[in-house]
Amino acid sequence: MAEPLLRVEKLVRRFGGIIATDNVSLDVASGELHAIIGPNGAGKTTLISQLTGHLAPHSGSVSLAGRDITYLPAYRRCALGLARSFQITSLLLDFTAADNVALAAQAHAGTSFRFFANARKEKGLRDAAHAALDRVGLLHRADVVVSRLSHGERRQIELAVALASKPKLLLLDEPMAGLGVTESQRMVQLLQELRKEVSIVLVEHDMPAVFALADRITVLVYGRVIASGDPAAIRANEDVKRAYLGDQHVVTHHG
Amino acid sequence: MKGLSVSKAVTALMLAGLVLLPLYSQLSGNIFILTLFTRIIILALAAASLNLIMGFGGMMSFGHAAYLGIGGYAVGMLAQEGVGSGFIQFPVALAASAIYALVIGALSLRTRGVYFIMITLAFAQMAYYVASGLARYGGDDGLTIYNRSDFSGLINLGNRVQFYYLCLACLFGVIFLIWRIVNSRFGLVVQGLRSNEQRMQAIGFPAKRYQLVCFVISGTMCGLAGALLANNTDFVSPAVMYWTRSGDLMVMVILGGMGTLFGPVMGAVVFLLLEEFLSQITEYWALIMGPLLLLIVLFGRGGIMGVLGRAGRG
Repeated sequence: MAEPLLRVEKLVRRFGGIIATDNVSLDVASGELHAIIGPNGAGKTTLISQLTGHLAPHSGSVSLAGRDITYLPAYRRCALGLARSFQITSLLLDFTAADNVALAAQAHAGTSFRFFANARKEKGLRDAAHAALDRVGLLHRADVVVSRLSHGERRQIELAVALASKPKLLLLDEPMAGLGVTESQRMVQLLQELRKEVSIVLVEHDMPAVFALADRITVLVYGRVIASGDPAAIRANEDVKRAYLGDQHVVTHHG
Repeated sequence: MKGLSVSKAVTALMLAGLVLLPLYSQLSGNIFILTLFTRIIILALAAASLNLIMGFGGMMSFGHAAYLGIGGYAVGMLAQEGVGSGFIQFPVALAASAIYALVIGALSLRTRGVYFIMITLAFAQMAYYVASGLARYGGDDGLTIYNRSDFSGLINLGNRVQFYYLCLACLFGVIFLIWRIVNSRFGLVVQGLRSNEQRMQAIGFPAKRYQLVCFVISGTMCGLAGALLANNTDFVSPAVMYWTRSGDLMVMVILGGMGTLFGPVMGAVVFLLLEEFLSQITEYWALIMGPLLLLIVLFGRGGIMGVLGRAGRG
């Protein structure tokens, strides 16, 4: 098997006495959409934070395209092609949509220690921003200040920002969180498109979405991986059913 | 659009007033007003430099007056040692401020929020006590500067009008630079960091590096104000670095409008004129000034610039 794009090996992270990430190992192949699911408190966001560098693991390793990035700061990982979206929308609220995205493009287009020329007039950056906004269907809102956009639109901009950095791997932390039914459907369509261009790690609660999108699914419970496989295998897995639906369901099911 | 034009009109009026002031002073024979406004312009320059880190960069420095002292003492100490040339004094003042900012910034920027305010304040107070201890340069009593910086006939700082226009040119120059900086790549990154540091790290910007450079630029600009201030008063003392002076600069910025280009100038003009005229009416002027500032901060969000903007929109 070829070198996986992302390899996580025996990752451990504790908060006091609680083991939030317990010996987690997983591989994400190039071109794959890998979903991470699990009940509330399973440690999904903790895991993502260690992948992005916002949180340091106590042991284990993370490597991107064969390079060990376990202890690199967030901004260095981003330069290596790792982009993320946040579970709770985290944008520059007093900037326009285009400015938000253009800054992400700027981070990957030469030095930002330029003090004199007007950055908003740099055609390359504006074009990149507009292309990414177009990609998520928000080009018509480019010049609106983010604090005036709806929650759904902000989720889409999160995605545009991540795309503008031309990542190899996209880490999406609950992109569907708080979206209405139609908005969710649009997001699924969008991810369906994006997966053709970029590898994705998707953390999501929305099960229909996950099963529709994922090539492979890893299930986390209490920080441990209890199952990993394609959607059909996960659907059939008894441990997963028990973790998600409770023992009672399994009993009734069998009874 | 109309809101913009009201604040623009008032700003233009104020700037025109500043440019024409020496003319008025000459015609009316009122020399005092020229001296007063020279001081206002210098402190406006200091406030504008503070606004770069505070308004645009979100770094609440409570020790900005330290640069006024460093710039001033660079001029004063060199003059004392017989180096009277402004071509040496001014570059030294700027360099000393930049180095101080680099060291203080590198240490302070490890902290955030209230801790950042306290640590910048603590360093400025340290500078204050160091200056008080400089026995050779007057210590507590300060240092009299017998000759203003000499620019070998290029410009005579002893001439009130020439000195006034030098200060005004420095103020305009610094505001022009700030305008370019805040719209540049660098400026957008710094403002992005003010808005959401976590996001900026996630898209690939190392926060501290940009903030530190911004801190140094701001400190250097304020050092220029310090060198001018020492020339204006022919005197420099530890008092210019005292924490209340840093507080005054902050009030000017907030009063005028944080994160606006001309807000700090407006703030400096209003603050210092109020101080001047209230103190002529009563020695308890601070009793009037305090509540007045409180009202503006409470009800005029965005300072004077913010109020003008809203007034225009109706």
